[in-house]
Amino acid sequence: MNVILIAVGILGAVGLISSVVLYVVSKKFTVVEDERIGRVAEVLPQANCGGCGFPGCSGFAAACVKAADAGSLDGKLCPVGGQAVMEKVAGILGLAVTESTPKVAVVRCNGTCANRPRVVEYDGVRSCRVQLLSGTGETACAFGCLGGGDCVAACQFGALSINAETGLPQVNEDLCTACGACVKTCPRKVIELRPKGPKNRRMVVMCVNRDKGAVANKICKASCIGCGKCVKTCPFEAITLNNNLAYIDPEKCKLCRKCEEACPKGAIHALNFPPRKPKTEAVTAPDSGTASAVKTEV
Amino acid sequence: MKTFKIGGVHPSENKLSATSPIRRSGLPKQAVFSLYQHIGAPAKPVVAKGDTVKVGTVLAEADGFVSVPVHSSVSGRVSKIDAVVDASGYRRPAIFVDVEGDEWEESIDRSDAVVPLAGRPDLTAESIVAKIREAGIVGMGGATFPCHVKLTPPKGTKAECVVINAVECEPYLTADHRLMLEKPEEILIGTSLIMKAVGVDRGYIGIERNKPDAIALLQEKAKAYPHIEIVPLQVKYPQGGEKQLIAAVTGREVPAPPALPIHVGVIVQNVGTTFAIYEAVMKNKPLFERVITVTGKNLQTPSNLLARIGTPMSQLIEECGGLPDDTGKVIGGGPMMGKALQHLDVPVCKGSSGLLLLSERESRRTAPQPCIRCAKCVSACPMGLEPYLLATASSLRKWDVAEENGITSCIECGSCQFTCPSFRPILDNVRMGKTTVMALIRARNTK
Repeated sequence: MNVILIAVGILGAVGLISSVVLYVVSKKFTVVEDERIGRVAEVLPQANCGGCGFPGCSGFAAACVKAADAGSLDGKLCPVGGQAVMEKVAGILGLAVTESTPKVAVVRCNGTCANRPRVVEYDGVRSCRVQLLSGTGETACAFGCLGGGDCVAACQFGALSINAETGLPQVNEDLCTACGACVKTCPRKVIELRPKGPKNRRMVVMCVNRDKGAVANKICKASCIGCGKCVKTCPFEAITLNNNLAYIDPEKCKLCRKCEEACPKGAIHALNFPPRKPKTEAVTAPDSGTASAVKTEV
Repeated sequence: MKTFKIGGVHPSENKLSATSPIRRSGLPKQAVFSLYQHIGAPAKPVVAKGDTVKVGTVLAEADGFVSVPVHSSVSGRVSKIDAVVDASGYRRPAIFVDVEGDEWEESIDRSDAVVPLAGRPDLTAESIVAKIREAGIVGMGGATFPCHVKLTPPKGTKAECVVINAVECEPYLTADHRLMLEKPEEILIGTSLIMKAVGVDRGYIGIERNKPDAIALLQEKAKAYPHIEIVPLQVKYPQGGEKQLIAAVTGREVPAPPALPIHVGVIVQNVGTTFAIYEAVMKNKPLFERVITVTGKNLQTPSNLLARIGTPMSQLIEECGGLPDDTGKVIGGGPMMGKALQHLDVPVCKGSSGLLLLSERESRRTAPQPCIRCAKCVSACPMGLEPYLLATASSLRKWDVAEENGITSCIECGSCQFTCPSFRPILDNVRMGKTTVMALIRARNTK
């Protein structure tokens, strides 16, 4: 009988002491989470893609609340939810929403199987990163797309796919949320996030080759050779030439399409424009014209 | 018979050229010297277009401590400095020299006479290391790490013994084997020079027992060198790996990176490097030619050629009977760790130990099947890693998992992929993961 009483007594004492300790600790180390964080996180898409630059949606929610305490939501954007979600977030935090330009991923390489001949055969794992360990890839271009599909694997939204005909990834612009996962994955930095532009129209230099003109010209039919014609043609000074590569600043570009006509290699693409009227097409289309222009330039 | 304890495989040896004596290859019409022939900072050119150079003239000087100069292997005129796709598969700057005649620098001793160590009492440890640095010597087994850096132990470490790597565990390759048979005396003197340079009195030469003639010859010659012991080793790949060799010869285990062999008191040098050191110190001859095995089952005459650095590989193939019709891949190095060349005009560089021509059938990959969890790769891994796990983690981009499981310890020997019954591309993925994790670690450390 005594044994049972002792056991009950000891157990009771241990329980009592533990409960006191637990109570004190829970009071002392209590964490008060801002309830707004939870509410903001609720309206976020929960894609946890990291496109906003924070670790997951809850991380972004915490950052938004912190920024709101500082007074403004400037620079905070959920690329997946876009403007609509940011308006909700701003509503919860009692702030005016800042305007943001919607973006989309652009694969800046036109080195299709036809344009860029394969000089070696690669039979290893179909992954750009693995392929890069064995050399510069199947083509002679040391800058362009490898076609291994690392970006396709990285995209959570199914917006990227490898086009079997060209061997290059293509972006489904309706599905692309501009989270930037592909940009981070691409070992060659071929993909860029560019503003969608009015009516989705954009002018893009579809090349990232920084070789000298003569070298770039030899390895790919559609490469930028850094001739600078587009720079001279552009009435808005939107095009710059660095390391033998032209770049169109989307902020300055007014979509006049003059550079597209000027480019002797057809490296500048006008995306999502309606088809041109036959008259102007005759000026740019013939292949002989393009070839002779290259010759005179190089 | 000694060997390393963990893992290892035994691929077919295929030493086709073991009986063919080393012969000189012809002079090329144009020699191409890549500035990236070693690990570390690329060499800086000191010649300009139009300059005349002789055999042994410095073309580019070392840029920093972990870097070595590049010497001309031919006499002639510098035609241009331009990019070339070298054995790495990348376009890299190189110096092109158009060959005219064969005029050597006067300072090089071209006689065949063997200079014994006793004949040069003036040599000190410092002067030997300086000479090795000047001669542009790198690890010639393929790693191309600057030799003088290895011979300068970092502070707090002390060398206790020197191990010469004469294992040549890669199938097909016989360059080191032939060198041992034809230049045994020079190799022993070279070993003594390394021992003197790092101030130790114990040296071992580890040779696998599939080269009984070389073991017998060196044991005979080594009687005159009481401090050098010839260690016959059991045949097992990758015994030529630095850590595996140390384990086999001395029984010591090198801890995981960043620890180096010197942390267990051992300095390892390749036997080809040892010969180059002898030539540099005793004959004043910089590193501008090396023995390279040109081999393959379809090749007419598999040979060991003493080739000038900068010679196009295509010329070496011509000298061995020309490119066979049935050629699927041409590998620079051995079949286990070598890299397929992108074109045949890749120049010979300091690290080119072999040129292997595989037939279409030999070079074809088998389609990978799902992993059956047989753990053959685990038992084959000489570093005690779990290759299947590292490969999966890398392909899923779980860099933290890969790092925790020691991916940086991988020596890329390929035993895992060799042994996999499902033909999975384990090494491809592990290598990719290793490069990425190393880059992440570097970024973290510089932050």
